[in-house]
Amino acid sequence: MNRNKALEKIIHGIFLFLGLITVGFVIIITVYLIMAGIPAIRQIGLINFLTGTEWKSTGEHPSFGILPFILTSVYGTFGAIIAGVPIGIFTAVYLSKMAPKRVKSFMEIVIGLLAGIPSVVYGLVGMLVLVPAVKTIFHLSDGASLFSAMVVLAIMILPSIIKVSISALEAVPKEYEDGSLALGATPVETYFKISVPAAKSGIAASVVLGAGRALGEAMAVMMVSGNVANMPSIFQSVRFLTTAVASEMSYSSGMQRQALFSIALVLFVFIMIINVLLNFFFKRERK
Amino acid sequence: MNKSHSISKKRKLYIYIMKAVMTVSVSLTVSLVAFLIVYVLYKGIPNVTWTLLGTEPSYLKGTVGILPDIINTVYLVFTTLIIVVPIGVGAAIYLNEYASNKKIVKLIEYASETLSGIPSIIYGLVGMLVFSRYMGLQTSILAGSLTLVIMNLPTIMRTTQESLKTVPQSYRDGAFGLGAGKWRVIRTVVLPGCIDGVITGCILSIGRIIGESAALLFTAGFAHSINNYIIGLSSPGASLTVSLYVYAKEHGDFQVAFAIASILMILALCINIAAIGVSGYYKKRRV
Repeated sequence: MNRNKALEKIIHGIFLFLGLITVGFVIIITVYLIMAGIPAIRQIGLINFLTGTEWKSTGEHPSFGILPFILTSVYGTFGAIIAGVPIGIFTAVYLSKMAPKRVKSFMEIVIGLLAGIPSVVYGLVGMLVLVPAVKTIFHLSDGASLFSAMVVLAIMILPSIIKVSISALEAVPKEYEDGSLALGATPVETYFKISVPAAKSGIAASVVLGAGRALGEAMAVMMVSGNVANMPSIFQSVRFLTTAVASEMSYSSGMQRQALFSIALVLFVFIMIINVLLNFFFKRERK
Repeated sequence: MNKSHSISKKRKLYIYIMKAVMTVSVSLTVSLVAFLIVYVLYKGIPNVTWTLLGTEPSYLKGTVGILPDIINTVYLVFTTLIIVVPIGVGAAIYLNEYASNKKIVKLIEYASETLSGIPSIIYGLVGMLVFSRYMGLQTSILAGSLTLVIMNLPTIMRTTQESLKTVPQSYRDGAFGLGAGKWRVIRTVVLPGCIDGVITGCILSIGRIIGESAALLFTAGFAHSINNYIIGLSSPGASLTVSLYVYAKEHGDFQVAFAIASILMILALCINIAAIGVSGYYKKRRV
């Protein structure tokens, strides 16, 4: 009997360990990023690093200012949200409230596929279809620009927005809608004036989730944004925080490499802020 | 239904506009997916030849083959799953069956949410620092797989936990009542009940691994050579996505890039349908 108890204790311990591995991973990631990212920031100076407008990582007098990357990432994310969120929410309202069952399960596959397409495939199609199209439509010398990246990001965040909004809309108590219908509102009015406001925390969470996805996307953006460290402008070639890391890491060394780690740390801080926001909205939704 | 006659023109217009915007949003989403599938398959399938699928790239013959990349991708998927499934299932069992301390549960759940929000480029960087450099694995399939383990852990945990919650409490009580210890109950009652969650988690993870690129750039590398599994683990190897990126962006070889993209697209389609199929199958069996 005692042996059994000891065995149970050991097994309990093993499962506890497996559970805590996740926590361990988060700690490792945080610690390593901070350790790798701090030295360059110290040497360059936090203010210089964050507000410097010039990035010349190789060359005789290198300068490491990442404001262009920060602004590009922020603008790119906002652009993606402005384009993607309305489409996502309207699609979610239709699918959660009005779509026949068959349409809904068909659309589930469609949205799952949109989420499942690898980012390099988005990048490839973007490179060969979107970039030339942007070039011809806006009469540019090169279509690889912030605008192209925004379009690709808007498409890539659609599935997150649609999925999370649908579950928020489906969680709206039926009584709210019945009440509105009984007062004479038509179904469409009810969905937009009662259901959507009632689900606003969840919908906000979907937007924040989409923002996180857009901020973190690297490969697709790298293939359509031109990848030059300009200050952002809608039809110019730009570089994001993610692509700055991805494009130089393989051949970097010394201070340049340190600075890339610092960029990753800045990106990580952005993502953590988004995580906190996300938690806030999800918590409010549960209430 | 005479209701529509009794409402004002303004309301009619509102309903009309909302309906129109919804229709446009949904059809935009659908046509986007349809375009992506058709375009990629149309451009890619004609380039999928036996030489491409069955050989290594050869400079002598001037042919390109993606067999090494296919094998590398299989190695990555296999290695990642073998490591992540036990950890993820164990963690889920701990959370659902053992944990009595609410603080620990919250901590683990928060860690898992944090992990799922971290962008893959950051995983790639930390993977490079921790696995390739600190643990001395160099750029290798194993380093890449370990990085993917961290990325996919939240997925396996979540799907397993969801299916654990559907195992009726009475099953456990019954087994306890017959005198079984906790471990025996888990082994014989709980684990068989969560098999659908594990399978769903695996399918989703496979999709994510096949589509991943940014995290593999600096951890698994770019090599195109065929090795057996043991040697392969410790040597660098490009996955399908990474080589798509290299062929498109560095070599400008869009035929090969689209051939790979079409393969990835078909895989994404299959995985998506399989995931829906599995969850549907188990739902039906349960009812």
